[in-house]
Amino acid sequence: MDLTFSERESAFRDELRAWFAANDPGPQPGGSSDSDAHYAWRRDFQRRLYAAGWAAPHWPVEYGGRGATLTESAIFFEELGRARAPLPANVLGILLGGPTLMAWGTDEQKDRFLGPILSADEIWCQGFSEPDAGSDLAALKTRAVRDGDGWLVTGQKVWTSGAQHAKWCMLVARTDAEAARHKGLTYFLMDMEQDAVQVRPLRQITGESEFNELFIEGARIPDDNVVGGVGNGWKVALTTLMNERAGLAFFLQVRMRRLLDDLIGEAAARGLLGDDLVADRLGALHVKAEILRLTAYRGLTAIEKYGQPGPEGSLTKWMWSEANQELTELAADLLGPEVLVAGSRWGYELLRARGNSLEGGTTEILKNIVAERVLGLPRVRG
Amino acid sequence: MNFDFSEDQRTIKATARELLASRSPFERVREAAEAGRYDGALWRELCELGWPGIAIAEEHGGQALGAVELAVLLEELGYAVAATPLLGSALAALAIQHAGSDAQRARWLPGLASGELTGGFGRGELVADAQEAAVIVVVDDAAARVVTGDEARVEPIDAIDPTRRYARVQGDGEPLGGAGSALASVVPDRATCAVAAELVGVCQRALDMTVAYLKERKQFGVPVGTFQAVQHRCAQMLLHTEGARSAAYFAAWAADAAPERLPEAAGLARAAAGDAGRRGTPSAIQAHGGIGFTWEADVHWLYKRAQLDAALLGSAASARSALARLVAAR
Repeated sequence: MDLTFSERESAFRDELRAWFAANDPGPQPGGSSDSDAHYAWRRDFQRRLYAAGWAAPHWPVEYGGRGATLTESAIFFEELGRARAPLPANVLGILLGGPTLMAWGTDEQKDRFLGPILSADEIWCQGFSEPDAGSDLAALKTRAVRDGDGWLVTGQKVWTSGAQHAKWCMLVARTDAEAARHKGLTYFLMDMEQDAVQVRPLRQITGESEFNELFIEGARIPDDNVVGGVGNGWKVALTTLMNERAGLAFFLQVRMRRLLDDLIGEAAARGLLGDDLVADRLGALHVKAEILRLTAYRGLTAIEKYGQPGPEGSLTKWMWSEANQELTELAADLLGPEVLVAGSRWGYELLRARGNSLEGGTTEILKNIVAERVLGLPRVRG
Repeated sequence: MNFDFSEDQRTIKATARELLASRSPFERVREAAEAGRYDGALWRELCELGWPGIAIAEEHGGQALGAVELAVLLEELGYAVAATPLLGSALAALAIQHAGSDAQRARWLPGLASGELTGGFGRGELVADAQEAAVIVVVDDAAARVVTGDEARVEPIDAIDPTRRYARVQGDGEPLGGAGSALASVVPDRATCAVAAELVGVCQRALDMTVAYLKERKQFGVPVGTFQAVQHRCAQMLLHTEGARSAAYFAAWAADAAPERLPEAAGLARAAAGDAGRRGTPSAIQAHGGIGFTWEADVHWLYKRAQLDAALLGSAASARSALARLVAAR
């Protein structure tokens, strides 16, 4: 057991810190996070990362990454958060799309698609969820039918973040209506730049639109854009989903840490820390934040040493969403009505946090997964 | 960054798990608890294996291993809810090892390492393993003192946890480390690492027993473990247990390798393990249904031990408040 960074990891972190010090991302543009200015800020910062070889450190060197270990990748996301830098505009391509192609794509697909992901020349989005297929992804109904040397796709997708900027959509569609639910699915890369694909923003409770609905009416996808073979879509999609949480958890954890430090600072400035009850509640969040960080690192050790996550790996997303929600609720309670102004920082965080226990898997489904896959309790659902 | 045990530590853990499973099954725990005594045969065997001296220096007859190895053993002893005086002895030895004077070390450590003597440890109002102890380390917020068994006024407490002997202890003794020693401040934090590790074991056993029961027990024609409400309760138990484990391992590591981080790490462990014990083990009783409330089902030993361990750790709320103020000050 050694809970310090190795020399190599420290050197990695120092190099990154120096780079961030010389490449200040600047303040987040005003206005909502779905504004064009906000998107441009994220895209431009990704291009600076790319030019310096930092766009996707966890990718293998041959694909333009640095071959970073899981721990180094975690350090990257921690430092990204610490530098108050935005997530790269193409975060879905970098974290999900690229690794999925590396696992399942043909050589031609890797040559064609990986480079523009890193450079932010082609933004990616994820077309998995549907109005009637959320947690139950295998219930999806979007259909792809043979049409010459390609496919014609019809259906509806939802919760597609970044779709308005995207060139490519990781799309899972049903190619065999006769096969059992999990079979008969195929994973496609769909060109978003065609009239058959309409993007409609989904206004969320914060008032902004991070997410979209996709209406697909006979969109064309060439055969070359099938990933992992026809009928193999469920397995390929699982690769994407398993990549979803690894790095992001560290970015979110640091972001929460910053909010918590600010809240503790604000409470101290108002003389509230002398109150044992207030100090207890803030301390409880500090404990949760630290346990989240420690548990996330424990999870990395398990994967690095044994090739698979231990029981702790399934818990960090749940820990984060719960703690982040409690944090914003406590801010509202401690700081009073003045932070509840629409558009204010805490007012925004209080609303945005409600999505934490939904996005990337609801807490209820995560608990089901923990109970069945980690604890081995008998399964009930189909 | 490596959160894994070494090969040797894994061996210690596996050996301890196996040995205690065969020597200290619940029948033995029950027998000792109902008789109000320790499992003497088990204690003798643990002494022969050198467990009481695991973290004591070689020059005093110990094995000179660290806080992590002690935590590994205590986690397994907690898992078994073993009825032995090892915790009090190990904590008294730990205190004397790290904060005692040369004379105190020479006088007490060899006997504690071999198990020939037993020790007690705790705050005056709650001391673990004080009866029959040759030496008791009593701590309070400001200092720690060494009281010999002969001079101590030991008033047994009939605690709700009958798997261990507890007492109130009075007696002046002598300051740990001699007059004016500043080292005593590390004593409670090091003890916290050990007790937190025991609690992790208690929580893990509560979870394992519960999951096993829920796979077997049927109602409405299906295993009770298929009910989502019950599954989610178990998931929550895992969350508590793994969170406490992260904090307890971090604290034990800090005690060995990064003493400057120990105060904060111990605070985390105190809050996380205390909460996990107090909130996780009740779930084991609930998930067992009515049978969980009976004396016959063994989950109550875990619930009871968790309560006393949490009390030995001290208030989780005060640990949390202190942490918040620590963060504000930096």
